Amino acid sequence: MSAANASRARRLGTRALYVALGLYGAAVSYPLFLMVVTAFKTTREIFFAPFALPSRWNLANFATVWQRANFPVYMKNSLVVTGTSVVVIGFVASLAAYALARYRFRWNGALYIYFLAGLMVPIRLGVLPLFLLMRDLGLLDTHASLILTYVASGMPMSVFILTGFFRALPQELEFAARIDGCTEFQVFYRVMLPLVRPALATVMLINFVPLWNDFFFPLIFLRSDSLKTIPLGMTVFFGQYETNWGVVFAGMLLASLPLLALYLLMSQQFIKGLTAGAVKG
Amino acid sequence: MLERLFRRRVYWLFLAPALIVYTVFMVYPLLSSFGYSFFQWDGYIREGFSGLTNYAKVLFERPYSDRLVGALKHNVMFFTLTFAIQTTFGLFLAVMLNRGGKFLRACQVAYFAPYTLSLVVVGFLWLLLLNPTWGQVNKILAAIGLGRFARPWLGDMATALPTIILVNAWRWLGFPITVYLAGLHGIPEELHEAARVDGATSWQAFRNVTLPLLAPTIGMVSILTFIYDFNAFELIFVMQGSSGSPFYATDVLGTFFYRTAFGDSTTGGEVGQVGLGSAIAVLMFLLVCAASIVGVWLIRRREVEM
Repeated sequence: MSAANASRARRLGTRALYVALGLYGAAVSYPLFLMVVTAFKTTREIFFAPFALPSRWNLANFATVWQRANFPVYMKNSLVVTGTSVVVIGFVASLAAYALARYRFRWNGALYIYFLAGLMVPIRLGVLPLFLLMRDLGLLDTHASLILTYVASGMPMSVFILTGFFRALPQELEFAARIDGCTEFQVFYRVMLPLVRPALATVMLINFVPLWNDFFFPLIFLRSDSLKTIPLGMTVFFGQYETNWGVVFAGMLLASLPLLALYLLMSQQFIKGLTAGAVKG
Repeated sequence: MLERLFRRRVYWLFLAPALIVYTVFMVYPLLSSFGYSFFQWDGYIREGFSGLTNYAKVLFERPYSDRLVGALKHNVMFFTLTFAIQTTFGLFLAVMLNRGGKFLRACQVAYFAPYTLSLVVVGFLWLLLLNPTWGQVNKILAAIGLGRFARPWLGDMATALPTIILVNAWRWLGFPITVYLAGLHGIPEELHEAARVDGATSWQAFRNVTLPLLAPTIGMVSILTFIYDFNAFELIFVMQGSSGSPFYATDVLGTFFYRTAFGDSTTGGEVGQVGLGSAIAVLMFLLVCAASIVGVWLIRRREVEM
């Protein structure tokens, strides 16, 4: 076989490979595509033309979801719970990571390990004592129970990532700020924290996605429909509209849209952020 | 004087919020599970110390022991199949994506997208797609001439669990692929160059250069997968109910624990059993810890060897 032939064969092979990779990508995306398309269809169309595009892109299903179900309430609850948790995690973990990274004291190493120990243990294995603790504190069926649980479970990974970044900052900045008369808190808040902003964004993203999607703790802690977050609300909603598939698909699309849109807009940051912990660990 | 002391110990103020929340709402509950498991409970009220009675019951008394063994088997299968898919097919995709370029980056975005979905949405979505009468999956099979393979995937004892595992893999696979890809980026190009100069085929280069250097990453991802798969709950709860229908064919430790600890609404509101639930949680805890420690040890040992 001549060299020209060999290189042609290789090019052909590469092209076949790219086609295969593209086809697999299409296959993975197809269920998502079906979810989007089906949300615009009438029940009749779903049953008799399941693969066709909707004959008319009507928004009736979305209107039903938004007006008749408790959907806007679930959405608001998810925003409040996830938003508060993520901001509190970012701030509290930064404070702790800063102390671990920038101060030398006797318990430093031990405390770092103490935080890291939580990395390998899923918090839901402690859900029974947590449930009774929340009951005793009178926090069952409140958003506070979720936020406290989420903040606690977010600490190991967040402290781990932020400590690494705080350690990498040069000492001179800290000294200069102290000489300029900053208090210790001002050194942290005004000088050092802004420098780790990219890491802070990563930490908040890492926490945002699983908390927005969490189903387990709302299932255990919440009873009132008016307090439910989207994943738990979805089950209520699915029970109500089980036979009306168009509405169910519209609900699923609305529930996933915030994260999906954010992902498509900034996919590279998303991918890097969400896998940051695993790569470093 | 006081101010100087305050200034010197100011790190405790920085540490306090994180330390308190983490200790009270994560460490304390996790450790308390051990304590709870040694007591007899009446509903949510603690009664006398009962030693290992709860463990004996869960491990050796029917129907608990049957359920525990069944659930454990399903978790092992869940992990084994997921692990097999991600370390062969997933790794292959990652190596291919590593060539870079716009098109392949777009492919990666597509592979990763399902990972952003909530497991509840994934569950409902596939519940509808797999619906035996109206779902698109069986219709696609019919359309490509494989209609005789159409079946109630989730209702059949034999196919229910594999189907759930594949649905989970659909959402999950983008994660290992992406982590592998990040690991591959860390391998210097010169090493591949050198292998090529030495006349290695691309398989030899992969087997002898890429794979050993990627082993720690693969190990880390495998540990995470293990932890995740042994805590599987949502997908099964949403698609098959809290008892893992049909007849416990998809029951896992997560659903078994939930039923035992919080009562089972599917069988008529049986009350939760805190002692037994805690014993199951402790067993899961030990399993996950043991696997993590062994996994990390294996990774370390390999690193030393190299």
